[in-house]
Amino acid sequence: MTPGLTDARTAVEAASAEETARITATLIRVTGDWSLAEDCVQDAFARALVDWPEHGIPRNPGAWLTTVARNRAIDRMRSAASEKRAVRELAIIAQLEGMEEGGSSDPAAEDDRLRLIYTCCHPALPLDARVALTLRTVAGLTTGEIARAFLVSEATMSKRLVRARAKIRDAGIPYRVPPPELRAERTSGVLAVLYLMFNEGYSATGGESLIREPLAREAIRLNRLLVSLLAGSPHEPEAVGLLALMLFHHARRSSRTDSAGDLVTLEEQDRDLWDQAEIAEAAALLAAAEQVGISRRSRPGSYRVQAAIAACHMTARTPGSTDFARVAWLYDSLAQIAPSPVVELNRAVAVAMSQGPEAGLALIDRLDRSRSLEGYYLLPAAKADLLRRLGRKLEARDEYQRARELAPSEAERRYLGKRLAETAPAITYEGEE
Amino acid sequence: MEYMLFICSDPAAPEYVAAEDNIVEWVAEMEARGVSRHGDRLRPVEDATTVTVRAGEVVVSDGPFAETKEWIAGYDIIACADLDEAIEVASKHPMARFGKIEIRPVWPLGV
Repeated sequence: MTPGLTDARTAVEAASAEETARITATLIRVTGDWSLAEDCVQDAFARALVDWPEHGIPRNPGAWLTTVARNRAIDRMRSAASEKRAVRELAIIAQLEGMEEGGSSDPAAEDDRLRLIYTCCHPALPLDARVALTLRTVAGLTTGEIARAFLVSEATMSKRLVRARAKIRDAGIPYRVPPPELRAERTSGVLAVLYLMFNEGYSATGGESLIREPLAREAIRLNRLLVSLLAGSPHEPEAVGLLALMLFHHARRSSRTDSAGDLVTLEEQDRDLWDQAEIAEAAALLAAAEQVGISRRSRPGSYRVQAAIAACHMTARTPGSTDFARVAWLYDSLAQIAPSPVVELNRAVAVAMSQGPEAGLALIDRLDRSRSLEGYYLLPAAKADLLRRLGRKLEARDEYQRARELAPSEAERRYLGKRLAETAPAITYEGEE
Repeated sequence: MEYMLFICSDPAAPEYVAAEDNIVEWVAEMEARGVSRHGDRLRPVEDATTVTVRAGEVVVSDGPFAETKEWIAGYDIIACADLDEAIEVASKHPMARFGKIEIRPVWPLGV
């Protein structure tokens, strides 16, 4: 019996999510040719879209796709083999012919996928290219899909990918899982790429969010893959920590903006809109990561601490019941792992919430005087909020104004404009500007 | 693969401390590993001469081809398994601390 067109399409999509990274990774290892590998895998999925509705969904879609992609690679290599390089090419063809069709459980395939992820995220590649290449080869998105998500033309994205593949080949970036002495550093590089990818999707607002949201979902999916590939390694708890962090953020995606597309602060978000299933999964992951961390005596890294902070917010029923003393303490440990003025600012806000606005204001004032956050709009915005709570309206107004001038986006400027209007003295208010 | 290391000055780098200069050990290690092909210091840019030929005329001028705050103070040609090894070799060079190092893969002309 042949499946309906929709069934076949669904099966191809599912296989794409499951198998792309594995097949691409293995073809790259055998041929050393990134574009050839990507093209052949894409061809295999195109063939599946034609073949499966007619002949039925194969019992092992992964093996079917691997065979088609491999045969395509053999054909391409045969027709491209020139006299001079024939020996090398013939050796590759022989290896392709002997290639295991395997399945997702094949341990060699897991190594290949890790190789692929680490190579895509090599620090010698520009950051935007690392994100794009990971989406293209590991997640199997088309160049057009990636271009749309990054709001650039397909030609621009295609050029970026071509450049990245050329650098891997010409600069001798090795296709491998980094050796132990490099693994800690390179794994945090991979996590940074995934977190950047997530934020590109998550922080988009308004009309853009519809186009960019898939980036957040892909980042979560890739993070899950990485977690499964790193199982048992010392870097697993931090990868799990990042996954928990992403899920905590993702759980409140629909409450981040109001119907007008304006930002809603964490405090004012409608907590009924939060995705409780994602919150529960994130909390469970975080608890598991802590357990593993304790048993392996590995100190939590910045993602685990950030996830723990997110947990404080996301598991509180109301903003007022948040354990801000714990949040402040967690920011304190974050400042020790990854010192930054932004972390100091967040700590000051948590201190204000747990010990009162004055204590927080003193910390922010010190930060303001150090000028380490000059030009960062959230400093005057936080300061303004505390001044407002202390009833110091005029000072609050100045700070809101300063924040609005520095705000990077229209949505943020509108939000600050609203706050500014709220602190306006009723009589002298004559409109902004 | 062969790479060329451009050993560059960097005005933003920490000041040079002679006692922390490990160039002798670096050369010894890279020669013992078979990494080093050739390398040396270069005289300062004041001693540079730039040559162009335009419409058949040889034009000689004093100074480097580009006036920059950073300048090339030395070079090394190294042979490595891959970029990761080249990065490791460069990171051990004293000028990675007192300046900066650009790694460029050699692109054989094949003539």
